[in-house]
Amino acid sequence: MAKYLLLKHYRGAPAAVNDVPMDQWTPEEISAHIRYMQEFAARLEKTGEFVDGQALAPEGTWVRYDGEGRPPVTDGPFAETKDLIAGWMVIDVDSYDRALELAGELSAAPGAGGKPIHEWLELRPFMAEPPTITD
Amino acid sequence: MDEALLRGLTPSVLTVLVRRGADFAAAEDAVQDALVEALRVWPADPPHDPKGWLVTVAWRKFLDATRSDAARRRREERAEEEPGPGPAPAVDDTLQLYFLCAHPSLTPSSAVALTLRAVGGLTTRQIAQAYLVPEATMAQRISRAKRTVSGVRFDQPGDVATVLRVLYLVFNEGYSGDVDLAAEAIRLTRRLAAAIDHPEVRGLLALMLLHHARRDGRRGPDGALVPLAEQDRSRWDTALIAEGVAVLQAALARDRLGEYQAQAAVAALHADAPTAEETDWVQIVEWYDELVRLTDSPVVRLNRAVAVGEADGPRAGLAALAALDPSLPRHTAAAAYLHERDGDPATAARLYAEAARKASNLAEQDYLTRQAARLNARLRHGPGSP
Repeated sequence: MAKYLLLKHYRGAPAAVNDVPMDQWTPEEISAHIRYMQEFAARLEKTGEFVDGQALAPEGTWVRYDGEGRPPVTDGPFAETKDLIAGWMVIDVDSYDRALELAGELSAAPGAGGKPIHEWLELRPFMAEPPTITD
Repeated sequence: MDEALLRGLTPSVLTVLVRRGADFAAAEDAVQDALVEALRVWPADPPHDPKGWLVTVAWRKFLDATRSDAARRRREERAEEEPGPGPAPAVDDTLQLYFLCAHPSLTPSSAVALTLRAVGGLTTRQIAQAYLVPEATMAQRISRAKRTVSGVRFDQPGDVATVLRVLYLVFNEGYSGDVDLAAEAIRLTRRLAAAIDHPEVRGLLALMLLHHARRDGRRGPDGALVPLAEQDRSRWDTALIAEGVAVLQAALARDRLGEYQAQAAVAALHADAPTAEETDWVQIVEWYDELVRLTDSPVVRLNRAVAVGEADGPRAGLAALAALDPSLPRHTAAAAYLHERDGDPATAARLYAEAARKASNLAEQDYLTRQAARLNARLRHGPGSP
């Protein structure tokens, strides 16, 4: 039992095979893509492997502490930021292989021409609790 | 309200329903509903006969669900004929529940969830909180598990080994929530040991007791991991250790050694040492040799290499480690430890930092980073500093 984060990037991932920007798709292709994502999440709920999924707005703000009594400094968004996260899904699965299998499925979401995007997704394991028996 | 009492009654209430002819999945749902109601009602209005109360309420829930199912079926065009109730199971029912919930057709996470609910009497919400997943997800996992075992006859003999693996997982995955899963695993293993006479069941119980006994010593006041050698042994629970050793000795006397007994023997030798320096590492290496023979597990070989380092010196440990796959979990951490003992703090510091990057949990990562930082500070300021 292990939790994994599936990260989807706006920018920063290697180029997908079917790499056409979404605003160039037909409306039907966009609907098909969204439906695929929803059905994927619903299927994971049914198998008892879904933990969470969220999408993020493309633009955000950089914030940092600026000393006692001062409001935090803000900056950005920076157009040149290389790595831009679009959203995530958290899964709770029995094995790394199962996590790979699910990430592969998610990457097959249809894009332009109704063909799979073959998008690169980032798979990151969660830090677990330490096991009790180690010696 | 005594939740442990309530949970302890669950398997027998469930088997009463199954014996009356309810199928397992429906009976289990009904018992869960009764349990949730008991948690709501009992604090203000405790029943005189808790088991009788649970059986009555669960049976009513079962009948209600069956009636609404039947009504739904009547609306359908061609209802399939329901199989009649099977023969009443003759063997120990609680044992059969363990077998069913840990059936080999289930994935480990499903078996764990089903065992905690049907045998452990935990609610879906408690299990979901313990494993940090949404309640809906856990509910789906459990109903899917019940569908998977729906064709399994309740009176079929099962495999003790799969049950032990499930209980080991519950104990060892240190998730936390309102429910103390380690204590729950011990309770369920005790109950299993009462239902079946099997040296490995006792071996696992001893292993759990001996590790549970050290629990308070494993974390410092700030929550940081404290390694075995540095633990304050006065914080170990001597009563649990005594019980664990007694359970283990009775199991070993049967002369049917298995991996849990051998692991418990290692734990007993640690528990038995008044100080870390007095640990009998030679005997521990011998037990690891047995474990290698029994399991041929690379993780066991890694632990053996560390024990060899203690018994025969760090060079011998490093030699044993060199024979193993460096990608094994904790391989780098073990190498770091042995290099420091071998008087090479620079290599040790580098390896501790590398091990920290590979750690699969935060507590270990923090511990390993601290080790690297301690050695790096010493290297910067010369050997006189702490």
